[in-house]
Amino acid sequence: MIEFVDVALLVLLAITGVTIIRLRNLFAAVMMAGIYSLLSAALFVVMDAVDVAFTEAAVGAGISTVLMLGTLALVGHQEKKPRRPAIVPLFVVLVTGGILVYGTSQMPPFGHADNPIHQHVAPYYLEESEHDIEIPNVVTSVLSSYRGYDTMGETAVVFTAMVGVLLLLARGPLPRRVLLGGEWRTVRPGTTREELRAEAAHALDADGSDGDGSGGTTPGSPGSEDIVGEQGGKHG
Amino acid sequence: MDDLVVLRVGTKILIPFILLFALYVQFHGDYGPGGGFQAGVIFAAAYVLYALVFGIGNALRVMPAKVVYACGAVGVMIFVGTGFVTMGLGGVFLDYNVLAHEPSHGQHYGIIAVELGVLVTVFGVMVAIFYAFAGRRRLDP
Repeated sequence: MIEFVDVALLVLLAITGVTIIRLRNLFAAVMMAGIYSLLSAALFVVMDAVDVAFTEAAVGAGISTVLMLGTLALVGHQEKKPRRPAIVPLFVVLVTGGILVYGTSQMPPFGHADNPIHQHVAPYYLEESEHDIEIPNVVTSVLSSYRGYDTMGETAVVFTAMVGVLLLLARGPLPRRVLLGGEWRTVRPGTTREELRAEAAHALDADGSDGDGSGGTTPGSPGSEDIVGEQGGKHG
Repeated sequence: MDDLVVLRVGTKILIPFILLFALYVQFHGDYGPGGGFQAGVIFAAAYVLYALVFGIGNALRVMPAKVVYACGAVGVMIFVGTGFVTMGLGGVFLDYNVLAHEPSHGQHYGIIAVELGVLVTVFGVMVAIFYAFAGRRRLDP
């Protein structure tokens, strides 16, 4: 019975994966990616890794779908048709997949008690956790106590992810002077980008230029780059 | 969004239950699947749902971006701070045994503290990333 569930889930997973590759509508692809995560979570449940399944369902099917949709709102919903068939990527994928499948032939059988992974520290954790930590969930005692350093590092990694995304995407305050519509302007503190943009559009309408002369801002001033990027997007 | 009554009412009904479930996952992590990471993500999911339905402006009034960024840092500080507290009490870094007279009670307190740190960081980071994406609007031609 459990084999049947495994096979059914894996077949659905494969179908979903191929569908994602073939889809040109990115909105549908994001939805399929959410389904893919949900199927993976179901597979983890079958393998008795409920904590992992929980995380996969919450992060993969939940938050990352929303973030992908946020990205789609910026880049558009339709993928362009490739100009020629992707031979080289197909070759790379086939070779990598072949190596991985070959690698599994050397792996110890799944769930076997004599596997190396079950011979190292795992028996100690399983046997002594109820005396050392006295909580029933061994996963929590390993994550938070026995392997507290690792979890601390992971928390720091999550924090670093935030710093990276904010450095790339977040908009700080505007710089004092920005190049807009071909001329330098001093920005009043507290001016929002929307106000500035409206002002610039007004000025552009007045002198009839099309705004392409707005390139060449001071490098390293995120605010001005930002505005130029948005104006470029307007014409692109 | 004013006309989507079903969506708004449905969201209002759902959000308290999602938050409650996140707390359950957090405090039940010692007994069943779950813990700080999952609870933080579920918390963030409830908050992102609110922001999606009621608008990013209202969400920013509930929790300004600075508060969210601070959450991301404070969680790491709670985790590391727990380690320093155990050092101050005479143990080694992240040795929870010294947090109470009974070693197993100390383990409980320590795990609750670090899981809280993970929850705060994960919530802050997820919402901060969402803000970063949602705050950039594409200009329509």
